[in-house]
Amino acid sequence: MKEKNIIYDGSFEGFLSAVFYVFEHKFDVVNIQNNTSVQNGLFTQNETIPTETIKANRVWKGLTSKLSASACNTIYYAFLSEKLGAEQILLDYIKYAFSNTRKIDKDFSHPSVLKTSQIAKMVGREKHRMEAFVRFRLTKDAIYFASIEPDFNVLPLLIKHFKNRYADQKWIIYDIKRHYGLYYDLNTVDTINIEFPTHFDFTKTDDNYFSDQEFEFQKLWQDYFKSTNIESRKNMKLHIRHVPKRYWKYLSEKQPN
Amino acid sequence: MSFQRIQEKLKILADAAKYDVSCSSSGSNRSNTNKGLGDATGMGICHSYTEDGRCVSLLKILLTNYCIFDCAYCVTRKSNDIKRAAFKVQEVVDLTINFYRRNYIEGLFLSSGIFKSADYTMERLVAVAKKLRLEENFNGYIHLKSIPGASDELMREAGLYADRLSVNIEIPTRAGLKKLAPDKNREDFLKPMKKVKQEIIQYKAEKKIIKSTPKYAPAGQSTQMIIGASGENDFQIMQTSNYFYKSFNLKRVYYSGYVPISYDERLPQIGSAVPMLRENRLYQTDWLMRFYGFDVSEILNQQHQNLDLDIDPKLSWALRNLHEFPVDVNTADKRMLARIPGLGMRSVHKILNARRFRRLNWDHLKKIGIALNRAQYFLVCDSNQFERRDLTAEKIKGLILQNSKSKYTKTLSNQLSLFG
Ligand code: SF4
Repeated sequence: MKEKNIIYDGSFEGFLSAVFYVFEHKFDVVNIQNNTSVQNGLFTQNETIPTETIKANRVWKGLTSKLSASACNTIYYAFLSEKLGAEQILLDYIKYAFSNTRKIDKDFSHPSVLKTSQIAKMVGREKHRMEAFVRFRLTKDAIYFASIEPDFNVLPLLIKHFKNRYADQKWIIYDIKRHYGLYYDLNTVDTINIEFPTHFDFTKTDDNYFSDQEFEFQKLWQDYFKSTNIESRKNMKLHIRHVPKRYWKYLSEKQPN
Repeated sequence: MSFQRIQEKLKILADAAKYDVSCSSSGSNRSNTNKGLGDATGMGICHSYTEDGRCVSLLKILLTNYCIFDCAYCVTRKSNDIKRAAFKVQEVVDLTINFYRRNYIEGLFLSSGIFKSADYTMERLVAVAKKLRLEENFNGYIHLKSIPGASDELMREAGLYADRLSVNIEIPTRAGLKKLAPDKNREDFLKPMKKVKQEIIQYKAEKKIIKSTPKYAPAGQSTQMIIGASGENDFQIMQTSNYFYKSFNLKRVYYSGYVPISYDERLPQIGSAVPMLRENRLYQTDWLMRFYGFDVSEILNQQHQNLDLDIDPKLSWALRNLHEFPVDVNTADKRMLARIPGLGMRSVHKILNARRFRRLNWDHLKKIGIALNRAQYFLVCDSNQFERRDLTAEKIKGLILQNSKSKYTKTLSNQLSLFG
């Protein structure tokens, strides 16, 4: 028998629609793949399925009745990892959940439960890092702007945190890698795309775009960062473990003066 | 504001504040109201880390480093020949707000040297917090230092605007304090602490009856002790710590390895190592007391007045109490699970959950993430492979040390070479 490849549009709803499809047709050997990472095998049969909100909702509702709210969150987090093969692990998890009468989300000795929680933890860590490492810079149009390049697609997970915290200022958090951002206009948070000028350097604070004050506060922050260090306790290994180098280019305190 | 003047002041007053190790911004429950700025409901975020690996979460500064006192262990002491500066209330407010808006910080930690008098100083600290809350509608985190000797009335007001209040006892014993900080006496520290404790209890009680009662220092009180400046042993330090936790309902006690800053003969000299490993062991003991159900006297007592530096305090305790082991992870209660060396509270919860589904063996335990190199000598699980030899404590310690390279080995050998 040929192996079945089910291809969905890359969205979470799309993934849940694919899960619905698998259950509906009782497929046993099946792959769920994102439409950007399709792998054609000689012995596979590809089938693209549409995203259907109603079906996705039914799967999600089923999950919320089978699992705790935090376990459902775990599934969503793991999905946002965009890791190759994550869909397979999640499908296993979901099958295991539906085939059991007991709640299985704490059964860490089952491989799919353990794996899902591990991936979700990585995503959660990235979310926390972004909450910490986002650095807003004030633009000339009075918007606080930050650009990020997270390892996983964590923007959707950041909305609540930043909306609660910065309720009285306009802000944008832009994911350079995935080419979309969040924009808060003092009322709601929307998903946006921005056309940046060619050769726009996200790591530079260009005075054509950013407010004059911005330079002063960046300087003050850099100074503060230096003053608060205790030289006789210096421990760069620990420092880098907390602030991995790949994040440095967006941290104001890490910019050369 | 004039950029250069602020820059100069910030350098001086951040530098002087850095020896206060507390940087916690968690434990409050202040949420954003009326679409203001900020929110302090979460866990508290470290926005960056210093090159010495400490969390940067708050703008930690002194209002001024002018001081009328002369505490030997402090850079700000009157007799020290350093540059002095003082912020205006509005300058601190502006810095805080602008740093906060850029997501640099969770809030402000404001301390101060004592200029003129305790009340004069405390009044200004309170003025900063008040302005932030009432004029800027700021809901981020505010930690104010309670100035020893400040009046009850000011302390009451401070708690209405601050999330946390702290007084640093700094020196763990009365005798040490007398020697190093002759201007200070213990009662001056205790007075604001007592007041704040009473107010917290009272506001909480009122809140139960009248919902609109304002918050009072929702993140509680903390204090700090300097380690290794005045010759106390670990037993004395943890007894003091235990006393403060119990008598003042403190949220945290911080331990800060003394950083030599002076040639004063009463103190370790400039160039001697900061006792970072010892500091770490004290924190571990503190955790065992607060989260693992240990009584301080189980770990430190007349017989054991100092913590082992080469192994952690839980392992030390286990080696002294081998008759309590091995523990069966499939049946033991939470209290005993938490006492197995190599098991953190997280692993304990995972075990409690997972064992409802099946009996756990070594493989499961490994996957759960337990440090088996330490734990294996102290537990049995669903396997007939376990440590059968009747090993002595010394032997077990040797085996464990052989198989683990402590991240502190380097620091440790540095410290030991002092005696070599
Ligand atoms: S009163 Fe405080 S600031 Fe002044 S010298 Fe003593 S410890 Fe330092």
